[in-house]
Amino acid sequence: MHSFGYRANAVVTFAVTILAVMCAMASLSDNFNSPSPTADVKVLNVNWFQKQPNGNDEVSLTLNITADLSSLFTWNTKQVFVFVAAEYETPQNALNQVSLWDGIIQSKEHAVFWIHTTNKYRFTDQGNNLRGKDYNLTLHWHIMPKTGKMFADKIVMTGYSLPEEYR
Amino acid sequence: MIVTSALIIWKGLMYVTGSESPVVVVLSGSMEPGFKRGDILFLHMSKDPIRTGEIVVFNVDGREIPIVHRVIKVHERQDTREIDILTKGDNNFGDDRLLYAHGQLWLQQHHIMGRAVGFLPYVGWVTIIMTEKPIIKYLLIGALGLLVITSKE
Repeated sequence: MHSFGYRANAVVTFAVTILAVMCAMASLSDNFNSPSPTADVKVLNVNWFQKQPNGNDEVSLTLNITADLSSLFTWNTKQVFVFVAAEYETPQNALNQVSLWDGIIQSKEHAVFWIHTTNKYRFTDQGNNLRGKDYNLTLHWHIMPKTGKMFADKIVMTGYSLPEEYR
Repeated sequence: MIVTSALIIWKGLMYVTGSESPVVVVLSGSMEPGFKRGDILFLHMSKDPIRTGEIVVFNVDGREIPIVHRVIKVHERQDTREIDILTKGDNNFGDDRLLYAHGQLWLQQHHIMGRAVGFLPYVGWVTIIMTEKPIIKYLLIGALGLLVITSKE
């Protein structure tokens, strides 16, 4: 009844249970954080804009991204993955989402930033619908926790448009 | 007792998440520093359309082991609502087109097994060790069997 095996089993079971409860509580506590991040993205330049040999439009942009994501961080946050995507509609596609830039923020101290960059991933359409196209730039974030549930949200910025002609 | 409760939890998760394998173990470092080898992810398979930024688990034709990577591009058709998806590992330099089947440019809905919604560190090491060092598995089973045989009620 009170053998070594029984005691070891009881201790391990108890330890694992406590650990699981603490992980669950850490994850649940994230729900009490109501963040208020801010972001602004400016398109400083259209570096070039052309139709590829395969018929798809491609554009190269220079972006200026400013953001304050420090309110997203809680004690259970391991990192925040942040990215800017261009989103637009075409006659063929109801939704196009093209990631232009992304970054990983590992601490609250680095969550207030500005960056001046060309698009890291190719801004290519499925087809040639980009001339004069109105599009949104959306700053998305994806909170990866130390343990538990992941959270994601976004800020949509409207009113961007591409040139009427290739250049 | 332990085996039974593990089975109950597994079946319960299958029911809640609607995914055939509700948990995956991360095997590579391609999503570091977010997910390391040995971490486990809880999957959810919902009807909601896939969007950029989500972490999905997908199968590629000709590859046995599913891959866990982030969606960076989505194109959704007007008429059929079919989607073309491009993925990338956070820690990889380029996108996943090199991992896809030869000549494949996009993933479609049927490649996707689920999306990651939850995260638990280290727990997956148990299965990694069990698969890579079978001797430990046999030792463990043997020790458990011995305990059962020798224990007196």
